[in-house]
Amino acid sequence: MKYEATIGLETHIMQKTASKMFCACKYEYGAAPNTHVCPVCLGYPGALPVMNEKAIELCCKAGLLLGCEINPCSKWDRKNYFYPDMAKNYQITQADEPLCLGGELEVDVDGEMKTFTLERIHQEENAAKNTHVAGASLVDYNRAGTALMEIVSNPCMHSSADALAYLVALKQIMEYGGISDCNPEKGQIRSDVNVSVRPVGQEELGSKVEIKNMNSFAFIQQAIEYEIDRQTDLLEAGGAVVQETRGFDSDRGETFSQRTKENAHDYRYFPEPDLMPVKISAEQVEQWRSELPELPAQRRERYVKELSLPEYDAGVLTADKIISDYFDEIIMKADHPKLVSNLVMGKGMSWMNEIGQAEYLSIMTPAVTGEVVGLVAKKVISNNAMNELVDILVERKGGDPKAIVEEKGMAQVSNDSALEGWADEAIAANPKPVEEYKAGNTASINFLMGQVMKASRGKANPGAVMQVLKQKLDG
Amino acid sequence: MSEAKEGMDVGYVAHLARIDLTEEETALFQGQLDQVLHYVEQLDELDVGDVEPTAHAIPVYNVLRKDEVGQSLDHADVIANAPAATDGEVRVPKIIDQ
Repeated sequence: MKYEATIGLETHIMQKTASKMFCACKYEYGAAPNTHVCPVCLGYPGALPVMNEKAIELCCKAGLLLGCEINPCSKWDRKNYFYPDMAKNYQITQADEPLCLGGELEVDVDGEMKTFTLERIHQEENAAKNTHVAGASLVDYNRAGTALMEIVSNPCMHSSADALAYLVALKQIMEYGGISDCNPEKGQIRSDVNVSVRPVGQEELGSKVEIKNMNSFAFIQQAIEYEIDRQTDLLEAGGAVVQETRGFDSDRGETFSQRTKENAHDYRYFPEPDLMPVKISAEQVEQWRSELPELPAQRRERYVKELSLPEYDAGVLTADKIISDYFDEIIMKADHPKLVSNLVMGKGMSWMNEIGQAEYLSIMTPAVTGEVVGLVAKKVISNNAMNELVDILVERKGGDPKAIVEEKGMAQVSNDSALEGWADEAIAANPKPVEEYKAGNTASINFLMGQVMKASRGKANPGAVMQVLKQKLDG
Repeated sequence: MSEAKEGMDVGYVAHLARIDLTEEETALFQGQLDQVLHYVEQLDELDVGDVEPTAHAIPVYNVLRKDEVGQSLDHADVIANAPAATDGEVRVPKIIDQ
């Protein structure tokens, strides 16, 4: 029998707000523990939550970017559970009336365009961070109450490749939209993954297994692959899959059963009496829609159509919004998109890998990079010299490109007298290739050209050299 | 709520709320809460099919605040209220069930 997997993702994304969801405490990653807390996010009796309007706006904009319908009236609920990461013993969330409904994401999965549909996006508050030590757990409430939204996909994916492509696209859109920085190390994007397997042709879905709270895309992929294999093996052997929550052991690349307490999922949701519902008018939705930024797919199209960049370059440059914004800023100053693209994708990215993106961008600012590209465009330096110039600038942590070109004597030589001298020498010293060229083997001129380039120590302008040689040999 | 019709299992709800009840207490509260639920059940006699559900008794919406950072509590005060602390973090009994 053939089996197929069905996968759904619940992705939690921390929004880019200055303050928390329901109180004015600062949202800051890496602050000293329990320094951004107050009676509201510590759940002191009598403290009352007040909604952060920016978070509501960001959640709705995320929805608009993903083609959701904005719920004209949404409300808040309490999800009750006992766990020290939520001091008030409930999490404020949205159960039956979330801010955003439906939606979809069009994704390129290994060259095939697929559409993955969403069920909803709801707004909620984040939980505190727990650290487990010998004999105790430690809690830092700085993260408790920060703005968190949950994007729930339909069970519409069928492979780990689908899920990975969906997550990569989702992350990209959230970054472009200014909704979230989506830094997995800072826990700003985490997913719960639901996986089930059923015989092909069977209508109802198989029993699903939930793997909770994973931030690494690579681990998510591994966990899905492991689960599909495990469940398929179970079914093939005539067994049944137990509906349960499983954890992922990244060292072994395996999922494992997590014993959950009896009734652990009875959260007893009820309407949050401390918060009023949110009404969003059609005018407000249109206002937000008009403020949406250019998305990666639109940007790729602009690069190809307006800047005449190859599809490949457009894909690489737009993969990271920071790089793409940087590229846009350079071409505003320097024009010559293909030259800029070559620099950024070549030397730029290799240096970014070596010294870090932030460091590289602070040295090779759009102004400096624009100047370097300008030197190449005006044929002051060759492409090779451009790479060397970038190396020097990065190694010196900055500098004036023109001054370095002068200091290092990197300028191309195009003036005829110097070139003619080298050309004459090359012709005199290499009678054989000269003869061959004159006999009709035009490729022999390349050898002579190489000799001239060598004599100029790479500084001769290749186009000009070719011209001088031809004049001398043909004339 | 469908709960009223099915009746309420006080023992189960007490467990969810982490309240320890003796058998006598459970029986006592079971009777009392059943009475309350039956009383509220009278509402089922009304046809509310045309009434829009409300999340709140008063029609107030969009109580929002600007995304501005305000004052947080002093760290020493926070820790003074904690059951125990280590390195500025609140220390609790080890959480086994993740």
